[in-house]
Amino acid sequence: MPEVFVSRIDDFAEGDRRIVFHGGLEIGVFHWQGTYYAYENQCLHQGGPCCEGVIMHKVEDVLAPDKTWLGQRFSADEAHFVCPWHGYEYDIRTGECVGNRKLRLKSFEVLRRGDDLYVVAS
Amino acid sequence: MEIQPNDFRRMSVEEFDTTKLLAHASKQSKERGYERFPIVDVDSHHYENESMPEILEYLDDPVLKQLATATARPNAKNARILNTMVGYQDMGGRIPRYGLRSFEKTPAGQTQRDAALTKRWMDAVGVDVAVLFPTPMLALGVHPQVEVEIALSRAYNRWLCEKVLAHEKRLVSMLYLPFNDPDATYQFVKEFGEKKGVVGFLITSTRYRPVHANQYMKTYALLEEMGLPIAFHGSYHWHDQAQGMLNRFISVHALGFVWYNMIHLANWVINGIPERFPKLKVIWLESGLAWIPFMMQRFDNEYMMRTSEAPALKKLPSDYMRDMYWASQPMEITDMGLLQETMRVINAETQLVYSSDYPHWDFDLPSTIYDLPFLSETAKRNILGGNADRLFNLKLGTKKLANVA
Repeated sequence: MPEVFVSRIDDFAEGDRRIVFHGGLEIGVFHWQGTYYAYENQCLHQGGPCCEGVIMHKVEDVLAPDKTWLGQRFSADEAHFVCPWHGYEYDIRTGECVGNRKLRLKSFEVLRRGDDLYVVAS
Repeated sequence: MEIQPNDFRRMSVEEFDTTKLLAHASKQSKERGYERFPIVDVDSHHYENESMPEILEYLDDPVLKQLATATARPNAKNARILNTMVGYQDMGGRIPRYGLRSFEKTPAGQTQRDAALTKRWMDAVGVDVAVLFPTPMLALGVHPQVEVEIALSRAYNRWLCEKVLAHEKRLVSMLYLPFNDPDATYQFVKEFGEKKGVVGFLITSTRYRPVHANQYMKTYALLEEMGLPIAFHGSYHWHDQAQGMLNRFISVHALGFVWYNMIHLANWVINGIPERFPKLKVIWLESGLAWIPFMMQRFDNEYMMRTSEAPALKKLPSDYMRDMYWASQPMEITDMGLLQETMRVINAETQLVYSSDYPHWDFDLPSTIYDLPFLSETAKRNILGGNADRLFNLKLGTKKLANVA
């Protein structure tokens, strides 16, 4: 299975990402909270470069115990990357489309070889 | 400059480029063979507010011109004579092209910046001819001063004709009508109807004027005589009392863009305007498709019981609607079966025309049509270009103007 070089580990900062190419395939690799995640850079909506969009934390409604609405906040745990074409949001840890979690981006294995990172492009 | 941790193909913010942003669209164009047939986009946009200093130069009234120019300082891109809408089209920065557009470079020279940017995305997407509309002026119909609507839209129309349409064979437009003044509306058709690149006229739907008012009949007659279509373009209006009850932009956008077109369509059909002007072609823009079967069923059902209230009609309301043209965007592709039925009831193969709405946040690529599994190749090509070619008499035939390299 083809292993595609992503980055030297020291050059790949927390919160950063890389887009790597293999044949006609584009893969977005994220370094997020100590873990590496890799997904196909093709939005499930209209094919946009979803891995190249902004990263934003999930927006949550805040409800009181009596179910009244108090406001909104950003999630402390869940972050999304957002397709820059239309705004489809994906869970950075799972590749699930957060509007419908039955939809999920194709994911790829990320390997560490010495000081380097590779993604398995298959 | 740093606005978000994005990585647009290794572009810095200052290097933002539409061609790179739409690289995946270009790939789709090649994979689907768009070089084999023309694509016409019947609803696309530019940001006329960014050319406002040029447009204001076309104002005739010296007092209004001085007022508009003075209030535009120090940042002329935010001309305060133009009313604006509360809204969050860019989703809080999630759609970065809104914020980055002003950094995009265009070549110095003959090509006007809006035209250069428009042709850039047209080539990337595979569009040959685009019908170009403004953006903030979609709300001009609710400007509190009718005389400003007339003056500003006339200045815009003159600017667009002289600076853009006169020089660009791939760009056409249906020009803005100041519908709050029926006489000015009529005069606009006479003044601009034969200008190069003018393929019809536009009513921005967000306004409070009934389309069946007698004062408009002379305009409809003139349009029919000239063979020019009339189009209604949806948009939202959060200050509308009903829409004001909605607390999120998603709700205002989803309903607002359909709401005014529903009102205008109801008045248009029930008052028998299609019987009075049977050759006048009507196009409905940016309301998607899901509302059409709703309106057909709703009005057919009531018409059968209350026929006496619509005596001008000689057939069912839905039959008149089947003679109209419908722009595809934003096409609701959430239930393929419902979409297929919708296309069946509107006779999509002859009446549906592709629209992108680019560069707005909910644009649709040609692949939204081309990839539909239930359409024949002929139907796809008609919807993507053939129907609009005939509707606007563009005489494209099989010519391909876009650079789908």
